[in-house]
Amino acid sequence: MADTLSRSRDLDKLLLRPGNLVGPRFEPGAELRDDLQAFAKVLVVGAGGLGCELLKDLALTGFRNLEVIDMDRIEVTNLNRQFLFRLEDVGKPKAEVAAKRVMERISGVQIVPHFCRIEDKEIEFYNDFSIIALGLDSVEARSYINTVACSFLEYDSDDNPREETIKPMVDGGTEGFKGHARVILPGITPCFECTIWLFPPQVKFPLCTLAETPRTAAHCIEYAHLIKWDEVHGGVAFDPDNPEHMKWVYDEAVKRAELFGIPGVTYSFTQGVVKNIIPAIASTNAIISAACALETLKIATECSKTLSNYLSYNGSQGLHTEVAEFERDKDCLVCGPGIRIELDTSITLQKFMDLLEEHPKLRLSKASITHRGKNLYMQAPPVLEEMTRSNLSLSLFNLMGKLPKDVVHVNGMTIKNDQKFSCLRKLRVVFKGVDGVTDMDTAGGA
Amino acid sequence: MAEPKVKYDRQLRIWGDQGQADLEKSSICLLNCGPTGSETLKNLVLGGIGSITVVDGSKVEEGDLGNNFLVDESSLGKSKAKCVCSFLQELNDAVKAKFVEESPETLIETNPSFFSQFTLVVATQLVEYSMIKLDRICREANVILIFARSYGLTGFVRISVKEHDVIESKPEHFLDDLRLNNPWPELKRFADDIDLNVQDPVVHKHVPYVVILVKKADEWTKSHGGRLPSTREEKKEFKELLKAGMVAQDEDNYKEAIDSSFKVFAPRGISTELQQILNDSSVEVDSNSSDFWVLVAALKDFIANEGGGEVPLEGSIPDMTSSTEQYVNLQNIYHAKAEADFLVIEHLVRGILKKIGRDSNSIPRSTIKSFCKNARKLKVCRYRLIEDEFNAPNLPDLQKYLTDEDSSIAMGIYILLRAADRFAANYNSFPGQFDSAMDEDIPRLKSTAISLLNDLGCNGATLAEDLINEMCRFGAAELHAVAALVGGIASQEVIKSLGAEGC
Ligand SMILES: [Zn+2]
Repeated sequence: MADTLSRSRDLDKLLLRPGNLVGPRFEPGAELRDDLQAFAKVLVVGAGGLGCELLKDLALTGFRNLEVIDMDRIEVTNLNRQFLFRLEDVGKPKAEVAAKRVMERISGVQIVPHFCRIEDKEIEFYNDFSIIALGLDSVEARSYINTVACSFLEYDSDDNPREETIKPMVDGGTEGFKGHARVILPGITPCFECTIWLFPPQVKFPLCTLAETPRTAAHCIEYAHLIKWDEVHGGVAFDPDNPEHMKWVYDEAVKRAELFGIPGVTYSFTQGVVKNIIPAIASTNAIISAACALETLKIATECSKTLSNYLSYNGSQGLHTEVAEFERDKDCLVCGPGIRIELDTSITLQKFMDLLEEHPKLRLSKASITHRGKNLYMQAPPVLEEMTRSNLSLSLFNLMGKLPKDVVHVNGMTIKNDQKFSCLRKLRVVFKGVDGVTDMDTAGGA
Repeated sequence: MAEPKVKYDRQLRIWGDQGQADLEKSSICLLNCGPTGSETLKNLVLGGIGSITVVDGSKVEEGDLGNNFLVDESSLGKSKAKCVCSFLQELNDAVKAKFVEESPETLIETNPSFFSQFTLVVATQLVEYSMIKLDRICREANVILIFARSYGLTGFVRISVKEHDVIESKPEHFLDDLRLNNPWPELKRFADDIDLNVQDPVVHKHVPYVVILVKKADEWTKSHGGRLPSTREEKKEFKELLKAGMVAQDEDNYKEAIDSSFKVFAPRGISTELQQILNDSSVEVDSNSSDFWVLVAALKDFIANEGGGEVPLEGSIPDMTSSTEQYVNLQNIYHAKAEADFLVIEHLVRGILKKIGRDSNSIPRSTIKSFCKNARKLKVCRYRLIEDEFNAPNLPDLQKYLTDEDSSIAMGIYILLRAADRFAANYNSFPGQFDSAMDEDIPRLKSTAISLLNDLGCNGATLAEDLINEMCRFGAAELHAVAALVGGIASQEVIKSLGAEGC
């Protein structure tokens, strides 16, 4: 295998030689490199600016089993940074083209593309990976993957995370010359939800300002987009990707701006406001993805100490980087031990669902409930709903195999700041008056 | 919109058409196209840099396929410069891509004038000896030079240019230029004409906070012998004064006034950073002066005379609660003053150009306008020659960083990277480059580093053993992810050096 040996010429120095500044379980040697190639399986979420870089970086960092998931198709505006795509690829699925291009150039690497929404996959799909690398640009998508990864986490009876259930995540994000890279080890370092304050909610203009006292170009654009559109096109949903819709909003915004003597409405600015476009450049994506790929390697091999736990990068005035060690939120609904709910053994599944809706910390409606991978009740698709409907009148205690306590996962809608979100919650159900002969919290632990 | 404009949309939103034009007229030379250099250029080519010239004398080997995405199996045995260049061309056909199959070291030795044709040189994976030589060449030819190096899990980026002047530095948190405590006559008159005690509650809650603050600042200074609120107590008192003006709980304009009251407390006149630039000897302009310094000379004149101690007004106001009419009127007042200040500066610039024997129209209006808008944010960056950094180090800083807990590791890596080059000059290989010599390389690197520290004047300084071991473990490996990170930083610095953003 001299061929393989020389191809990993540089990486071998790191993986085959002992070091003093390494993780506690680093075992240097050819076996480590070969195991990395054979067994480590990484999912890259997003095949955009970060995702393209991540696939390339991971493929050249010793990983050979990669999968990538993205629902988007390639657009012209991607080409200033998403280097795996060409003009003739416009319109094709990003995940498929990205996987193909990397495999064409790097032999021995297998990349499975998934052209779909992240919600379309079964939860168990995500459990199949050693590490999940996130190259996303939305808070909602990060939040979803975070919840899924944290749902695999189990705690022992002392509320310590069970190590084999930790699904590590590496998350990157950029905006202009700035970005961040972070390592999330659920149960050990803060999860995305623990530090949700890092993403302040987007500022929305009050409707009365738009309607009565517009002052800026953005006010005129949002008036056309949010108020005038519905007035004129009642019933037709505004589609930001439809150029005719965008042009209409722009023309209306121009009219309004002229009426009030407000400067600054351009077509480009209109797109920026309506689509909430985040500026993006190749170099920042390269920096952040590379940092994420290095962390992925470090988690997989312990060849060096991992980032603990949040790196911020700012290249817009000189160059500033900082590593912050954020703390976990002990009561985090997503990565914490879960909300404990005490129930009578007589309670039916339907009654349990009613309780979830009333529970002040949960307020979960439209719940789909699973227990140890088994569907107790599913809202959709209709076939599954019909199959599980009869469970509603059965006792939850029986449905859960008469265990005195165990974890159930609930997928549903919750309300936060007057807005509805889909979410996944982990609940620790404890049945009153049942002797804990088999304590499932400790079963299989240690 | 035309194709290129759509393609570059996400970056035009950062640096605009002018920044893009600056990139498109630049020519870049890359020395060594391993992964560090290849990744640097990849990012620049995607963004539409004008032209690139790749210089590398080596052929693609098996090992290169493991760390460089820009070569593949079909490249084996061929010129690395040629293969990298052709992949880069595939990324963006608007870029002129050339290659030179020659070792950068040879070029530096034998053909120094080669480098003067470029706007900027990116030199990757060069050792100290060549860095010093190239630095002198580029400094002489007034070519911007950026060094980038990846080494194991470490690396560096170093910029070298005599002077980099920034007009549009776009700092993040910069005080709005509102002149609340120093209003010019038109603003003062506008504020005077508005009655804060107006009966109509709708009108009352739509008076822009700028007007509230101008009036209240005036009221305060009149009763305090011309002084602004300065102590904590006074500032609190001033905020109470604002609160007392509210007639209802929901008056957002008053809340904004209270939140923005710090804008009243800011001192009048110019910042110390700007004063430093005005004091620079370059402000004595002659026919050899750059446009930037001609503009600064005009600015200095303006501040001393027409400006009455202030720079030209920026001319824009932030959004604030207001009726549309009052907001638009206010905006017009700021805009008119900025325009008037600009005309004065333009006149001064034309005069200076004439005096130093240049065409008085040789600096375009748009440049002067942008300069006026950004006068408070000007930046002048100067970089030492590499040779000076190496031979005349700033000893107190060096010693401080070596012992300081937060910086000692970074400083240790800096020393060891330099020691590795010395090591290579002595032993013809990098420390740890070959497995067989690991055991002897560690003590050798250690003694090389200690003698380097002594030469720098840091006698008795030590480096962590773990770090020395680690550098030997790295054995000059160029890991792809590290190269992508270092190359990413280098390409950001290229973009900024070419004028697209910041300093
Ligand atoms: Zn959490």
